[in-house]
Amino acid sequence: MTSPSASPHPAKRPLVVMKSVSKVFSSGTLALSDMSLTVESGEFISLLGPSGCGKSTALRIIAGLGDVSAGSIDWPSSRINSRGLPEGDISFVFQEPTLMPWQTVFGNVHLPLKLKGVSKAAARDDIMAALTTVGLKDFADAYPRELSGGMKMRVSIARALVTKPKLLLMDEPFAALDEITRQKLNDDVLKLWKDTGITVIFVTHSVFESAYLSNRIVVMKARPGRVHADFPLTTSLERGELYRSSEEYRQACEMVSKTLLDAMGGVEEH
Amino acid sequence: MSDVTTPIPVPKRPWKHRDTALRVIIPVLMVLALLGIWQAIVTINAIPPYILPGPVLVAQSLVKDWGTLFPALMVTTQITLISLALALAGGVGFAVFLVQSRWIETAFYPIAVILQVTPIVAIAPLILIYAPSTQVALLICAFLVAFFPILSNMVQGLKSVDHNLLNLFDLYGASRWQTLLYLKLPASLPYFMTGLRIGGGLALIAAVVAEFAAGSAGAGSGLAFRLLESQYRLNIPRLFAALFMLSVLGVVIFMLTSFIAWLSLHRWHESSLKREN
Repeated sequence: MTSPSASPHPAKRPLVVMKSVSKVFSSGTLALSDMSLTVESGEFISLLGPSGCGKSTALRIIAGLGDVSAGSIDWPSSRINSRGLPEGDISFVFQEPTLMPWQTVFGNVHLPLKLKGVSKAAARDDIMAALTTVGLKDFADAYPRELSGGMKMRVSIARALVTKPKLLLMDEPFAALDEITRQKLNDDVLKLWKDTGITVIFVTHSVFESAYLSNRIVVMKARPGRVHADFPLTTSLERGELYRSSEEYRQACEMVSKTLLDAMGGVEEH
Repeated sequence: MSDVTTPIPVPKRPWKHRDTALRVIIPVLMVLALLGIWQAIVTINAIPPYILPGPVLVAQSLVKDWGTLFPALMVTTQITLISLALALAGGVGFAVFLVQSRWIETAFYPIAVILQVTPIVAIAPLILIYAPSTQVALLICAFLVAFFPILSNMVQGLKSVDHNLLNLFDLYGASRWQTLLYLKLPASLPYFMTGLRIGGGLALIAAVVAEFAAGSAGAGSGLAFRLLESQYRLNIPRLFAALFMLSVLGVVIFMLTSFIAWLSLHRWHESSLKREN
């Protein structure tokens, strides 16, 4: 999973375009209202917002889990299949590791390829490469129950990477983990993004996480879910330990935090 | 990017072997003690064997009547295992069919429930009339009883699949068939094993009860008939011997199904894991 190009993020072209997407649940709730979003190739976008703002719904709709009630989603630079989805170009990491407990780590990472009809033997190299990327190549034969929460999440990420997707969708992937594991995994995802040039859309409710990871932040507003603010976040520093303790990061957090508070109508929820 | 784990020596458990040995010795001693008390009561009170034979007489009877009892045991075993196999195939197949749509389930599940709640002894006479032979009738009875726990457990299992995993399969464009084969069936395995263990025990009970109801006789009859026959002839030691065989058969079926469950689940399922703390 390495791309040797010197510049990981070459000329930008839209990867996915959401046009005025609305989503009404069968309960009648308007989960998303008129949301438009153009995702450029190579971006790291955080979808940030209070609970109920539709950020997870937006992510699921991009992934093709559930139809749009109005509007459209286009993939200008992908070949799409009969279900209107880019064939093998997207992967999804859920909040839970979502592993099959009866399969080994190897079997779990094999799944996306198995569903495409690739045998274990033929998929072996890709699976081991994905496991190496997340640092778990020695755990191929372990069962999920033998792993810690953080390691399970890594397996989940390896499974998402094994198809070599262009777009990685992450739905609050580390929300259930402890702070130390979460920081480590954030750094690992950043490294992955830099090394492979993959595009990431990252749903989170953490101001700090979004300010640390992304180069673009989309703040959403609840009831109905819609985009409140959409801005780039550039930094002169390499994102890492140094950045985490820098003044620049502190200011970014403050700015994002203010925008989020604004999106929540200036008052705390609950 | 690695969770470095150095192998840590497993703490030795010096009592492990002693524990295992005691686990076998204690029940064996317990059973022997009970047999001893039984024999003592019979001998001291001079209870006649046609009322309560002692365990020694029962053992003698078991050896003496082996030529009669063993074929009967084989017949009962055969009916139990074949009906269990049919119930497994039928239960799993019907469960997969039921969960295909809510309407199918609404239409068919009540029928399965009606079949289950009607006492098998009550419908056995009917089955005897309609079935081409007594053997087939016994098979149908045992099948009907073992079928339902397997069906209801499988339905529960197929419907309890993790929604996120279902989403994941959708996301990767899995076909209905792939989702069934790679997700729903393996996820239902613990439920299936519960059904298997309950069904295995019930199949034996039903095979015996159905034979009582059928009152079949002759060379092809099972242990239940030998029980009745011994009672009519006041051959109580043989009755006890037949009873002993039935118990052993039940225990063997239970151990077999438990072993199969352990084999298929011990690597991954909580029910088969030791708690580590």
